[in-house]
Amino acid sequence: MKWMLTIVFILSAQVFAIGGDVELDHAAVDLHDKASLQRGAQLFINYCMGCHSAQFQRYERTANDIGIPNHVFEDNLLFGDAKIGELMKIAMSIEDGKKWFGAPPPDLTLTARLRGPDWLYTYLRSFYVDESRPWGVNNTVFKNVGMPHALMELQGEQRLVCKHAETADDLHCDSFEVTENTGKLTNEQYDMAILDLVNFLTYLGEPSRLESNRIGVYVILFLIIMLVFAYLLKREYWKDVH
Amino acid sequence: MLKKVMPWVDERLPVTDSWNRHLGKYYAPKNFNFWYFFGSLALLVLVNQLITGVWLTMNYNPTEGLGAFASVETNIMRDVKYGWLIRYLHSTGASAFFAVIYMHMFRGLLYGSYRKPRELVWLVGMFIFVCLMAEAFFGYLLPWGQMSYWGAQVIISLFSTIPYFGEDLAQLIRGDYVISGITLNRFFALHVIAIPIVLLGLVVLHILALHEVGSNNPDGVEIKQRKNEKGIPLDGIPFHPYYTVKDIVGVIVFLILFLGIVFFNPEFGGLFLEAPNFEPNNPLKTPEHIAPVWYFTPFYSMLRAVTAPLFGIDANFWGFMVMVAAIVVLFLLPWLDRSPVKSIRYKGFLSKLFLALFVVSFAVLGVLGLPPNKLTAWMNLDTRTLVTQISTVIYFSFFILMPFYTRMEKTKPIPDRVTYK
Repeated sequence: MKWMLTIVFILSAQVFAIGGDVELDHAAVDLHDKASLQRGAQLFINYCMGCHSAQFQRYERTANDIGIPNHVFEDNLLFGDAKIGELMKIAMSIEDGKKWFGAPPPDLTLTARLRGPDWLYTYLRSFYVDESRPWGVNNTVFKNVGMPHALMELQGEQRLVCKHAETADDLHCDSFEVTENTGKLTNEQYDMAILDLVNFLTYLGEPSRLESNRIGVYVILFLIIMLVFAYLLKREYWKDVH
Repeated sequence: MLKKVMPWVDERLPVTDSWNRHLGKYYAPKNFNFWYFFGSLALLVLVNQLITGVWLTMNYNPTEGLGAFASVETNIMRDVKYGWLIRYLHSTGASAFFAVIYMHMFRGLLYGSYRKPRELVWLVGMFIFVCLMAEAFFGYLLPWGQMSYWGAQVIISLFSTIPYFGEDLAQLIRGDYVISGITLNRFFALHVIAIPIVLLGLVVLHILALHEVGSNNPDGVEIKQRKNEKGIPLDGIPFHPYYTVKDIVGVIVFLILFLGIVFFNPEFGGLFLEAPNFEPNNPLKTPEHIAPVWYFTPFYSMLRAVTAPLFGIDANFWGFMVMVAAIVVLFLLPWLDRSPVKSIRYKGFLSKLFLALFVVSFAVLGVLGLPPNKLTAWMNLDTRTLVTQISTVIYFSFFILMPFYTRMEKTKPIPDRVTYK
């Protein structure tokens, strides 16, 4: 009975994990990789923060956690009159966002916890040219997405490759092709850059994760040692009962 | 020092007397097993919720717009030192509370702990359970995320399905025509003051009633019937030190599991912290799936099991009534069980079968109440509804048929003294 409960307990978290309907690529995020987090922060601030805020987090916390000295951060990643102790807000108002994009660009502080790193990793690599859309691009993960492909200058023009299935008439569109020399990065470099960005977004969603893991190990070890003594104490007392 | 102080205090306040009555000379049966850890664990989780709750309140700000959400995500999760730990202890604690309470209640079902003379222990316990559900419901609105908002929307709208005064009642609960900052503020007041006071009072009554009649045990034998010349039950041992040292072992095992989740996986795969709640609430955007947290899903499934209107009243109302009945019927348990024995160990085959079916139906209802997941992916909507309906019928038949199957079946003889198994 007890071991059954234990198994149910361990499995339940995995079994009930709720998945979407698109097949996602796995994002191998590594919160220990400070260089990757720094590159991700750079991409985020330069490319995403034009429209998206991260208003629940402060610049200073970000700089300290990912290991960028405050003065370096101030010189390179703080724009306008923003102070390092401030929240990572943006200048664009919600009304303007609505006017320009149909819906205000969402805040991205918690987007990795909302969607999951795999979703973000796949989504950011699934934009393709579609002239019928207002911004000239569409996305296979997020159909009829309302945002432009902000990273197109890095990736280049990606097109959806469609093939006719042998028997049926319907088109199968399941691969991409990037037009050569349209982007600054190669395909591999672009994937790496997106991984950096997703890594940073994962950090941003839960900046306490690494600290939590670190303390947790000591807490559990302490409890295991306590358990030994507590059990011995119990056995000693219960000698007179049995 | 203590020898001089204690008599002085005892003349004015029954400290030593109370200690003895409830711990030092409270004689508990010596054959408690695994299932008897959950009472003290429930107390531990209660204290955890109270303490972490107080500290959360210091930094939480129940304001509409982004106020409440930002106070959780910026203040508590990012600015306050170890705020994230306090929050995860509280959010994981809520799930742990229900996990522990469900195990505690199941122990009562297994060994007939609700039977005479413990009816009031059971009834007070059931009121605690209802309070706990209310507490969890009010608390879930406070992070002010998408699931907070839409979950409350669904539950409050249940009240509006009641004919004649339902709409007014729903409005009374919200304090507004829609869920707003007014609702948030009153839910905050109820969550941090009103319900905890009632809950604490009921917990005291639960323990007082238990210590008046004495604890049951896995054999369902009344240990007070056999006492030695000093009036001490032959099968009883003082709660302190025997069960205090034993419960410490249980507490540490529990903490290893509990803190393992708190530190390494507080979302617990979306079961303890639902992903849509990481998005600030938006009254104009309905989430794809609105699902309550896992501990409410069995009852939520029963709500959805009813699909046909009756007497010209909407199906939702009858679903709501079924859900309410599923909880009310638990109160009646002491009078539904007519078996001559208390414990499942000495009951017959039918009792064992119905209890097993009950557990399975409750678990199935729970899984079906979650958003679509790997376990339910193979079912289409019709299959899901059908399985939900069958499980609901099984859930209720456990109770409704109990007066019959507990009397019909052949029971085993009860031993004179407690046994170890």
